[in-house]
Amino acid sequence: MPTNRNNNHFLHLDKPLLLSLVLLSSLGLVVLYSASSQNFDLIMRQIMRILAGFVIMLGLAQINVQKIIRWVPWLYLIGIVLLVLVLIIGESSKGSQRWINLGLFRFQPSELMKLALPLMVAWYIAHKPVPPSYGRLFLALIIIVIPVFLVAKEPDLGTSLLIASSGLFVLLLSGMSWRLISGFFITSISCLPVLWYFMHDYQRRRVLTLLNPETDPLGAGYHIIQSKIAIGSGGFYGKGWLNGTQSQLQFLPERTTDFVFAVYSEEFGLLGILVLLCIYFFVLTRGMYIAMRAQDTFARLLAGSLILTFFVYIFVNIGMVIGLLPVVGLPLPLISYGGTSIVTLMAGFGLIMAVHTHRRLLEH
Amino acid sequence: MSMPRDLKKRQKPTIPHFWERRQWMLGLFILIISLLLWRAVYLQVKNADFLLSQGNARYLRTLPIVAHRGMLMDRNGQLLAISTPVDSLWVNPVLFVTARSRWAELTNLLGLKISYLKALLENRMQREFVYIKRHLSPSVANQVTTLKLPGVFLRREYRRYYPTREISAHVLGFTNIDDKGQEGLELALNNFLMGVSGAKRVIQDKNGQVIANVESIRIPHPGQNIHLSIDRRLQYLVYRELKAAVLHSKARAGSVIILDVTSGEVLAMANQPAYNPNNRSELQGNLYRNRVVTDVFEPGSTIKPFTIVAALESGKYSPTTRVNTHPGRLRLGKYIVRDSRNYGTINVATIIKKSSNVGVSKIALSLPAKQLWQTLTQLGLGQISGSGFPGEVRGNLPHFSQWQSAQKASLSFGYGISVTVLQLARAYAAIANGGILPPIHFIKVKEGEKGHFQRIMQAKTARQVIKMLEAVVKKGGTGTLAQIRGFRVAGKTGTVRKHIAGGYSDREHLALFAGIVPASAPRLVMVVLIDMPQGKNYYGGKVAAPVFAKVMTGALRLLNIPPDKI
Repeated sequence: MPTNRNNNHFLHLDKPLLLSLVLLSSLGLVVLYSASSQNFDLIMRQIMRILAGFVIMLGLAQINVQKIIRWVPWLYLIGIVLLVLVLIIGESSKGSQRWINLGLFRFQPSELMKLALPLMVAWYIAHKPVPPSYGRLFLALIIIVIPVFLVAKEPDLGTSLLIASSGLFVLLLSGMSWRLISGFFITSISCLPVLWYFMHDYQRRRVLTLLNPETDPLGAGYHIIQSKIAIGSGGFYGKGWLNGTQSQLQFLPERTTDFVFAVYSEEFGLLGILVLLCIYFFVLTRGMYIAMRAQDTFARLLAGSLILTFFVYIFVNIGMVIGLLPVVGLPLPLISYGGTSIVTLMAGFGLIMAVHTHRRLLEH
Repeated sequence: MSMPRDLKKRQKPTIPHFWERRQWMLGLFILIISLLLWRAVYLQVKNADFLLSQGNARYLRTLPIVAHRGMLMDRNGQLLAISTPVDSLWVNPVLFVTARSRWAELTNLLGLKISYLKALLENRMQREFVYIKRHLSPSVANQVTTLKLPGVFLRREYRRYYPTREISAHVLGFTNIDDKGQEGLELALNNFLMGVSGAKRVIQDKNGQVIANVESIRIPHPGQNIHLSIDRRLQYLVYRELKAAVLHSKARAGSVIILDVTSGEVLAMANQPAYNPNNRSELQGNLYRNRVVTDVFEPGSTIKPFTIVAALESGKYSPTTRVNTHPGRLRLGKYIVRDSRNYGTINVATIIKKSSNVGVSKIALSLPAKQLWQTLTQLGLGQISGSGFPGEVRGNLPHFSQWQSAQKASLSFGYGISVTVLQLARAYAAIANGGILPPIHFIKVKEGEKGHFQRIMQAKTARQVIKMLEAVVKKGGTGTLAQIRGFRVAGKTGTVRKHIAGGYSDREHLALFAGIVPASAPRLVMVVLIDMPQGKNYYGGKVAAPVFAKVMTGALRLLNIPPDKI
């Protein structure tokens, strides 16, 4: 393997990206230790997951993206089949049916789709010259809508939103005209009332609660109020690690998972938020840089889409915790406690690294 | 490897907008991240103070520190009522439901039905605090802790405990579950007994569990301990003898009081039927009544000595003044006053000794109405005693301006007037105390403390009346069963026909005895009332007088009072 002068790409790793990911997940462990009230078992489980994520990332980074391209449609098809299966034989928990039990472990097909869909759309678009024609755009939309619909049916609004955006980002990056983009944007805005009609009651409540959480401070508004209090009482410098009263005294709900950002903000303050957002911003720009440097449409669209999806994660989670968006169950990437999402995220970064590090091989 | 190269060649120029798109995306990143930051600044800088106080409001709590209620002790420091620390069980329903499957363990321990628990919590799921059972026994409280059920907590409270049980139930009364006085002296003295609870600031978590004490705001002040005038030994004695007498005569009820004649202190006070204040479940309210102060009755013959007091005070009569009671009947309009037999012409002392109705009627009729009324009123009959005992009633003594001659006569032997046992005892205490009416005390009188004493009659009058009352207990009198070996006893019996609908009953009686001992230098007054004794022996001299003798035999010994008849 002619890795040549690039010590950088020993093992096909992108050092800046790797470093910031390690930084993020270590920061996550620090916050989790406090958020879980010093639950060491929980930290150990999270460490195991992070390690597994890094191993998968390392593995995927070794793959030449061009070589897996032919498997993409199959991956997508398997994903769709599994999503259908999950609706039929899946396991329920907390009112939604998201898991397939594989004996050894439980598996969420929607996690697979998070990667399979951008791969598929990128594959489809990259087949023909870009920008795509209207007909191809339409077909691409259908490719996107099918899994989104299936996941929304589980119901898992957060993930379906995420999958939809990962597909749409591919189209956006593929050079759709601004007229189309703005037309699409306006259509979706005007479709919101229709969407309202299709929402579950609990989803409608979440939207209403966002607008005025004080109407139901003990019910639906509780999460938002508590989280705002936790963040706000942190102030500029924060209350210090392990000293956040709202989180330590268990007033904050879901403090290791979706609302971990509130714990972080209470204990590390505005300064901490600034640092975290800077790291995230660095990951995003690095991802965009990699996408731009990619040498073919497929790789470029894939990397771009994955990094934008990562961005949606951040925006939706922090936006929700901070009270700008309705409560949607998405974790804060690399910080929140939770298994599958970390592994999927790492796999995505593995693909991005593969795009980047295999580029030079092609140049020879 | 040619394919990728083809791709590259073909596609490099085909995303002409990608650079532009990337700029847009970066712009979007910056925009949205700024939006998040702006929101963070809004919350953490602009609203920080408000949200900080909101946060504090959620976990800083001011909790009361319970101050325990003061003890009630008898005049010698023996315990009558104490507050013992106990635990009460409460739950936080939100946490408690998570252990629904283990509820049975708790209900079994507490002896409750699981359906009761469900019904209790059904409408209280939104609360954070629901009492399940209060005042657990220490062993149950221990077992509850070992169950380690989520959402189950114990709270320290104080439970009132009365070591003397029903013996002093009516004097002491009781408290409710929140340790507030409800009846008796517990109610009367509530403000002194109740402590002032303190306050402390604590950090609580969402489940109401106290994590840490922050500061003490106010130190709790426990309630005062109070020494009552009651003597626990006499109280035992009184209760035992009263109960025996009531049982023996199959009476409906009974009341007894012992007063210290010089200080006016209540040394013992008891009623039948009684109740156990430590376990009041399934008890009816009428058992709680302290009949000594809440029930009125017509005193009958026991009032005669006071008619005599009025006569002696008027100067018209002396103990030896003779009165013609022949023929043992006296017609007053449509009423006839009768004696049990014709005593002929007898002196004042004999009128008392024989309890002649005709005799006292004639004396009363010869006195100005105002004088008789004044004497009775000043002795506190039909008047509130000022003891402050809850529920005390006034009784009734009609004003002399409304008296007819028949009424005046019947008053003189105790009909047409209603009094309480306490009033009667106090009036006898005035005679025993050399003519000075003592104030009534339920709290032990400290040395040197002066109450409101009022002279009602000359000391000489008091001495003369006592002498007459001594004759009642001596051979030939009506109260011979009140005799006590070694002591001179003065007393008066009474057998009252109860007023029922349509007149006076032939079958229902009150048996009364009022006694003073030792007669040479009186220390104690005791009044015994037995309500509706059954059988042939319903007379005061037969039913009530023996109670006096039995109680006083013990009481005189316990109080170390030297015999005066050797």
